[in-house]
Amino acid sequence: MSADVELQNISVTFGNFYAAKNVNVKINEGEFFSFLGPSGCGKTTILRAISGFLDPSEGKVLIGGKDMGGIGPNKRPTSLIFQNLALFPLMSVAENIAFSLEVKGVDKIERRKRADELLELIALSGQGDKKVHELSGGQKQRVAIARALAIEPQVLLLDEPLSALDLKLRQKMRTELRAIQKSVGITFIYITHDQGEALTMSDRVAVMNEGELEQVGQSNDVYNFPQTPFVATFVGENNAFHCKVVSTEKDFVKVDFDGVHFFAKAGGDNKKNHNFKKGQEVILFIRPESIFIRDKSNKFENNFSAKLKTIEFEGNLKNIYLNLNSKMDVRFSVPNAVDTSNLSLNKEVDLTFSSSKAVVLPSGPLAVD
Amino acid sequence: MLDLSFRPNLPPLLRGGPDDVHTLVHYKHFIFGSETSQDKFNYVDIGVFFNTIFTAILVTVINLCFCYPIAFYMAKVASPSTSRLLIISLIIPFWINELLRSFALRILFAGEGVINNVLLGTGLIDTGINFIAQDVALYTGLTYAYILLMIFPLYNAIESLDSNQLEAAKDLGSSTIRTHWRIVIPHAKAGIASGCTMVFMLTAGALATPVVLSSPNTYWFTQLIYQWFNMNDNWSRGSAYSILLLTISVTFVLLMMRIFKVKIGEIIR
Ligand SMILES: Nc1ncnc2c1ncn2[C@@H]1O[C@H](COP(=O)(O)OP(=O)(O)O)[C@@H](O)[C@H]1O
Ligand SMILES: [Mg+2]
Repeated sequence: MSADVELQNISVTFGNFYAAKNVNVKINEGEFFSFLGPSGCGKTTILRAISGFLDPSEGKVLIGGKDMGGIGPNKRPTSLIFQNLALFPLMSVAENIAFSLEVKGVDKIERRKRADELLELIALSGQGDKKVHELSGGQKQRVAIARALAIEPQVLLLDEPLSALDLKLRQKMRTELRAIQKSVGITFIYITHDQGEALTMSDRVAVMNEGELEQVGQSNDVYNFPQTPFVATFVGENNAFHCKVVSTEKDFVKVDFDGVHFFAKAGGDNKKNHNFKKGQEVILFIRPESIFIRDKSNKFENNFSAKLKTIEFEGNLKNIYLNLNSKMDVRFSVPNAVDTSNLSLNKEVDLTFSSSKAVVLPSGPLAVD
Repeated sequence: MLDLSFRPNLPPLLRGGPDDVHTLVHYKHFIFGSETSQDKFNYVDIGVFFNTIFTAILVTVINLCFCYPIAFYMAKVASPSTSRLLIISLIIPFWINELLRSFALRILFAGEGVINNVLLGTGLIDTGINFIAQDVALYTGLTYAYILLMIFPLYNAIESLDSNQLEAAKDLGSSTIRTHWRIVIPHAKAGIASGCTMVFMLTAGALATPVVLSSPNTYWFTQLIYQWFNMNDNWSRGSAYSILLLTISVTFVLLMMRIFKVKIGEIIR
């Protein structure tokens, strides 16, 4: 069974510090939903409010439409996977998995049967008698998932469960997690500071900053149509051009950047485009993969040139850094296969980008990296 | 001392002489009593011995039951500043000498003592309770005397438990009692064993507290040892009795290790 989760105006304060502020979101039944944000932005706080380890200072948590106020974590239909997993080191793997059944008074044979079923689900059949410390990082990870699923929760809460794993394993576990979610069909609420994780696994993502939700949407919407400068720079890479508005035309804006004019989409806020005024300070965002070297085959509405600084090799991509003026660097990337031998250091390179790939947003704080 | 316990009690002049042989006479005395006594066994000394052991075990158990919640509270519930305050208020009374502390308890528990006066004053009881004769004072005194040696190993052990495990257990539906039984106690067992052995050994070997607080007809085994050494000037017999106490203490430690399945290294840590 699965349930939806609704956060109504949740605020959590520690003293007069807001760890979460006015969080409003409805997470659908059976959805894989991620909270994405830098560390310290309040993700764990939100998860603890949902699981019941923490009472929000304001607002309500509804699970399956039921107000969870005053209901303890052991009575909620949720199950939490801790950032450090918190497996019980003195119990065997099977005992760990079946702990919630032991609590319910299920007899030993039945417990073992259920544990074995779950071990099969997480591809660890026959390893039930091992001690926790005999498992590898990825296996522990899966045991933690099995233990959390044994209680048959309606909502599974995951607190950066992959952060301790190395890159390859992390990528493998993403796929596995997603598959497990599909097969059990319950709501997963996943928190992470890793945008790759959030974008690949989730049905929807909520981007958080300093306790507030910046934007909620599907992965590609969040990536392609950021609504705030923070989202534009936290999710993926972006070049930020600080400009002034020259004129607006329907969904597009013409901006001035040090005398050069660019043409770009007007960014929107909750499906409604921002209302820009002439002379307003704005930021134009264009992603590294959307900037091209201008030649016969690549010619778009927006053109500028910059001095080549370095070319960085990143496996599948080459990142090319250029110096636009004393204050600003631009970065773009090309697939590794593209020949860059004709570019030479400190030489001006002519660049171009499409106005449909660039977004203009009102000025605001960027994500610092 | 082990050697001394197997030698007869001789005046200094005869030591090293032909009479100074190894003998079990002192151990015999413990079991069968003096040759002049009518009884088959030395009921008095054996009685005192087992009473001491039994009481020491009881005191250890009371101590554990009393200290575990305090240690848990300090380690996992209280804020750091509260638990610091608690630790200090636990330690300060122990700056005072053990003998003085025992006398302080005696004043509290005496027939005309503070506790009786309060109980009588509030009308909870009609006649004063003789805490000393009931050995309540003794148990309390012994329990209190080594409380720190129980609390600190427990505190250290519980402190090192990852708090997320407590939350994980709760999240999986576990009740408080089960969480303690399945998670906290197994984690803290080395600390429990270490606290119990220390408290047991020191309680069984205590002298000042029993002297001050025991009822006139309760003897502590150490009091007997003391008598043999000092009043009767029989060092050999005193040694033999000490060895007996030492043996039982070591046995107890080994037993604790067996029960809790911990290694000696873990206890000392
Ligand atoms: N118990 C607490 N007391 C005081 N501040 C806290 C407490 N828990 C979290 N915070 C603060 O709240 C903010 C958000 O924390 P958290 O939700 O853990 O962030 P995240 O999981 O996104 O890294 C942090 O600045 C943290 O220091
Ligand atoms: Mg966190």
